[in-house]
Amino acid sequence: MSGPGERPILEARGLIRRFGGLVAVDNFSFAVREGAIHGLIGPNGAGKTTTFNVISGFYAPNAGQVLYRGRNVSGRKTSALAAMGLVRTFQGSTLFQELSVLDNVRVGRHLTARAGFLARLLGADRPSERAADAKARETLAFFGLEELAGEPASNLSHGHQRMLGMAVALSAEPRVLLLDEPFTGMNPQETRRMMSLVRRIRDGGVTVMLVEHDMQAVMNLCDTITVMNFGALLVEGAPEEVQNDPAVIEAYLGAAADDGAGHAA
Amino acid sequence: MWRIATRLRLLILFAALAVLPYLLSYSQQEIAVLLVINVLLVCSYRLLTLTGEWSLGHVVMMGVGAYASALLTKRLGVPVPVSMLAGGLAAAAVAAILSVPLFRMKGFYFLIGSFAAGEIIRLIWKRFTDPFGGPKGLKRIDAFPNIDFGFLEIDFYEPVNYYFLALIVVSASLYVLHRIERSRIGLTFHAIHWQDRLAESVGVDNFRYRTLAFVIASFFAGIAGGLYGHYVGAVNPTRFGVDQMVYVLVWAIVGGTATLHGPILGVVVLTVINEIVLRGLGLDTVRPLIYGAILILSVLYLPDGLESLGPRLRARLRRRGRDPAAAGGRAA
Repeated sequence: MSGPGERPILEARGLIRRFGGLVAVDNFSFAVREGAIHGLIGPNGAGKTTTFNVISGFYAPNAGQVLYRGRNVSGRKTSALAAMGLVRTFQGSTLFQELSVLDNVRVGRHLTARAGFLARLLGADRPSERAADAKARETLAFFGLEELAGEPASNLSHGHQRMLGMAVALSAEPRVLLLDEPFTGMNPQETRRMMSLVRRIRDGGVTVMLVEHDMQAVMNLCDTITVMNFGALLVEGAPEEVQNDPAVIEAYLGAAADDGAGHAA
Repeated sequence: MWRIATRLRLLILFAALAVLPYLLSYSQQEIAVLLVINVLLVCSYRLLTLTGEWSLGHVVMMGVGAYASALLTKRLGVPVPVSMLAGGLAAAAVAAILSVPLFRMKGFYFLIGSFAAGEIIRLIWKRFTDPFGGPKGLKRIDAFPNIDFGFLEIDFYEPVNYYFLALIVVSASLYVLHRIERSRIGLTFHAIHWQDRLAESVGVDNFRYRTLAFVIASFFAGIAGGLYGHYVGAVNPTRFGVDQMVYVLVWAIVGGTATLHGPILGVVVLTVINEIVLRGLGLDTVRPLIYGAILILSVLYLPDGLESLGPRLRARLRRRGRDPAAAGGRAA
């Protein structure tokens, strides 16, 4: 097993994202080391998903920078980031529901199965498409979905849909994979399976950052955890440090009544 | 590449299409020419709808092709077949330019934006009498040149001959559209339609692919426009107005857009109803009313279009075949 290196592959510096008067992400910074499994947690409404959307290019930050492999990539298009190897997944069953399972993963190979317009028209792209198909089936096999290749994605169970969502992202051959709540709605057995898959993906050389509510999964899986609250950094550290940090416990469980009232106002 | 059954079916279809004009009267032959052109118009429109975007400017794109091709022949003396191709390219170029503002929008906003863009183009045709001829448009557009083989001279003033010319051009175009849809490009269009955020996240540049669909669709609409202009001999801004666009929408919706043959079924069935039934009964003036009724009925009772009739019937027959008791019970 390869442990995380020292070099950050993905960094945020002083990110700010506002929606009207609401500051969803407020001067937030973090660094993800290459080869790590990095968790981003926080109470509901802490700004985790907004942070993900800013990192993955769905929103431009109002201020601050996102650095990927040392380059400032803030405000770049999602597709351009994917081409650089920064790929995200989505919450819930965000899939091409009407396409077959195999076609879902084939779309995921968009960047690697390149061909010109005329080549596509004349069928000269067949070798690269064959290779893409073979790779897609490999990816499906990795997630245990190969039997379901011909099914429409909408026919899959929730757990399988989550697997497929990850398969689509992985087939884009990311260097950094951003997982948005990968364990939500899974039963304990599926969660365990998914955790081992995430570890295998990391061992294959992919840095993983994930947003998750399942504390047990996060604590078991992550090398480093960043806790955010009210859009800002609360604590960052190894799971055992974070777990026992009074500030984290307070953020999750709420503090004494007077303190809580202070936040509400 | 194709299965033998498909090839055989295509062969029969083309044989029928080859015999068809000889069974029609002269005026019906003229309608058949326009029908073939409209098949290309509605099928090219369907390519854009694969990405989930519905435009109200498609008929205007046909007009761009018609105007461009007519002007190239009238002003610059470009030979007609070349000018038709150039007309398609002109429509594609206009679509590429319009994509920049239009594809900042999606769904309903794109629909309205495409309508506005189309109206601007039509106003340009009306306003600038030179070279577009103003509200009266362009007249005496050069006809497709005769082909003289020595032993055989083909005169394209004859509707039958123009019918075959249009049939060849349209069939070739449909084949290209089919190839595009079956390739990864078509897969990507579908992906953008169903989940554009997910497509974008694996590297699909949605803007580029929406533009590509719009450009290809407009190219073939422009080709249809060239075929139209050099056949009818005159074009004007009204011919490419929004009422014409509504017909295209009705053809596409009534026929269904899931398959390539869906919109073809739509335009053929509605044209036949229009020409044979309505004209025969002298109901020509209530055409919009009848079209509206057909649209409402098909949305209510056949939401997947005429294309879904075949599979539905087959499924029902199979059920009967397997369970004759139930079928008998239902009959009684």
